Amino acid sequence: MDLKFSEADLTFRQEVVNFLEAEYPEDIKAKQDKRIPLEKDEIVRWQKILNQKGWFAINWPTEYTGQENLSVTQKYILQEELAKANTPTTIPFGMGMCAPVIYSFGTEEQKNKFLPSILNSDVWWCQGYSEPGSGSDLASLKTKAELKGNNYIVNGTKTWTTLAQHADWIFCLVRTETTPIKQEGISFLLIDMNTPGIEVKPIITVDGSHEVNMVYFDNVEVPSENLVGEEGQGWNIAKFLLAHERSGIAGIAALKRELSRLKDLSSNVPMGEGTLLEDPQFRNKIEETEIELTATEFTELRTLAAMSQGGSPGAESSILKIKGTELQQTISELFVEMLAYYAHPFYLENEIGSNETVGPDYAAPVMPHYLNYRKVSIYGGSNEIQRNVISKAILGL
Amino acid sequence: MDFTFNEEQTLIQDQVDQFIQKEYDWETRQSLSNSDLGFGDDNWQKFAELGWLGISTSEECGGFGGSAIESMLIMEAFGKGLVVEPFLETIIMCGGLIDEHGTDQQKSSILESAIEGKMHLAMAYAEPQSRFNLSDVVTEAKEDGDSFVLNGYKSVVMNGPSANKLIVSARTSGAQLDENGITLFLIDGDAEGLNKTNYKTVDGRRASDLTIENLKVTKDNIIGQINDGFTLLDSSIDRAILAISAEAVGAMEVLYKTTVEYTKTREQFGTSIGKFQVLQHRMVDMFMEYEQCKSLLYMATMKQEEGSIDSKKAISGLKYQVGKAGKFIGQQAVQLHGGMGVTDELNVGHYFKRLTTIGTIFGNTDYHLKKYSSL
Repeated sequence: MDLKFSEADLTFRQEVVNFLEAEYPEDIKAKQDKRIPLEKDEIVRWQKILNQKGWFAINWPTEYTGQENLSVTQKYILQEELAKANTPTTIPFGMGMCAPVIYSFGTEEQKNKFLPSILNSDVWWCQGYSEPGSGSDLASLKTKAELKGNNYIVNGTKTWTTLAQHADWIFCLVRTETTPIKQEGISFLLIDMNTPGIEVKPIITVDGSHEVNMVYFDNVEVPSENLVGEEGQGWNIAKFLLAHERSGIAGIAALKRELSRLKDLSSNVPMGEGTLLEDPQFRNKIEETEIELTATEFTELRTLAAMSQGGSPGAESSILKIKGTELQQTISELFVEMLAYYAHPFYLENEIGSNETVGPDYAAPVMPHYLNYRKVSIYGGSNEIQRNVISKAILGL
Repeated sequence: MDFTFNEEQTLIQDQVDQFIQKEYDWETRQSLSNSDLGFGDDNWQKFAELGWLGISTSEECGGFGGSAIESMLIMEAFGKGLVVEPFLETIIMCGGLIDEHGTDQQKSSILESAIEGKMHLAMAYAEPQSRFNLSDVVTEAKEDGDSFVLNGYKSVVMNGPSANKLIVSARTSGAQLDENGITLFLIDGDAEGLNKTNYKTVDGRRASDLTIENLKVTKDNIIGQINDGFTLLDSSIDRAILAISAEAVGAMEVLYKTTVEYTKTREQFGTSIGKFQVLQHRMVDMFMEYEQCKSLLYMATMKQEEGSIDSKKAISGLKYQVGKAGKFIGQQAVQLHGGMGVTDELNVGHYFKRLTTIGTIFGNTDYHLKKYSSL
């Protein structure tokens, strides 16, 4: 048992630092540092740069990337350095969610057709899970896919579909059969967003941003070869995917960066004769958050270490989802507290980073971020659902 | 980075776990705790024979030279059994300090006996006014020829009643709160001028308050340098925090698991109460607090072992979390057991009591959060 980094690990860290110095585009970095939301093409450009180096789909089996797998420690180092440099968060829907399903359950044709374009960020995916009547009770979903000849005819509505406005493809849970046990009639279907009959309508969230959407399906024809796995296997695939989705969800490295930024900034916020960071109440909250964050970091490392010994991310990843999102929300709240009145001027996405904003130069995105991040304890299976999962799968209740 | 235990570590972990399961059932533990001695001397001799008492002692002093990891594994298993034998006091706190800073004479006269199970030790560092501040020392020691004369009072000295030798912190110079000017003295348990008031503590252990009046200690019984005792004491307490935190993690594991099992069998409203979501989520929170504590325990233990520069900060973070999680898990375990949880009969209340004292020993959450912040 030890926390030491080997010589090879240290060399690897240097390689990451060098790579970032050479390859992280100035224009993207400038936007990131000002917390200005990125355009689609900027995210894609960055993901392609990462992939060129073999550091994009780091959790994929080596046969689909042609890259040697990184060790747990190397992944940890890579994520830490990427976060420290404040590089863009990669979009998980293709690389982190759909691809693991395809390489675990898909046919050879599906693997050949979809994996390379995901790896190269040429195709943008979104996730069709939730429906207006099916949130936490996901298995009650009603979007119907009826097999007619070689096509499924899809009818229904998906909601909270993140970044569907940019997406080329959507992976969907659909009902192919009405069964007494609702989970058994669900299938996993890949759908081209350009198919006639699909309509995307924006949902504007409390922070004023357009991130999520309604997606309507009206007699959409989907070739039957786009079914992943067997008919009726969709629920098992969904559970598999949710475990994958949760395991990276804690975002520890980014949290460390944000907490340290919060400390830096609050040490320059005057308060009476001292600074906000010196205020015992504020400081206590920061320290408590930091301890919880360290605990979560090591819970994640313990989980990853167990996985590298052959385990798969199971219900334990639910802990990381709960703790990680609680920390994300706490930190976003402390940023708002730090700003006091200057959290109140309201700017839309396209105004952030402009010269029109008032208050400290870091103020504009703080409140939108806080508001937006109320989502994190709701998405990916709400934190209440995560507790149900742990209760059932780990505690046996 | 490596989170696996080596073969020897796994072996010792299994050995202690087996002992707890086979030879330390709840009735045995209670009868030992209620005996005059407050623990089992037979067990203590067994620990010596199995080599557990010498596991962390350096090889030159007759031990096995094990790391903080081995101590952690033993203490975690002891926590599961709520073991009352004073391993923490005799071996980790005092033995460790003498091993690192004792003279050859002190090492050979004390350590060898201690790891053979023939000598008990205790550390007298707290005073009525000091709370958790190790440098708040009023007990004074005045030089008198080749001796020092000690006068003062020491509070709640764990394992005080059984201790054949005690390590006492006393002020040899400086003001009440100064870190400089504290000296550590080794005194006999039956020394003239030492008056012990022995008592039971709520966690079923034994402690003493010490009245020290004109107690003469020769200079060869000073550990470390005169006026320089604080750092020694402080690092000994750091080791002790890691050990007692491991004990706490063991106790937390038993409590959350016992609670889960109980709610599966206890029926109300025609169903087992474990079916109620409000209780399920509470137990998930207990489980998560336990896991988070264990993560910090591993992290802080490894940092200490590697002499990392932020190891003191990690230790304070850990002790904070242990206090917080121990209180939550302890209180909720009692709550979910209902009336049975507050009985003396059920072991749950006793685990709760130990987690409660652990929350205070070596500094509570407020103390360690403040310390964490200052480091």
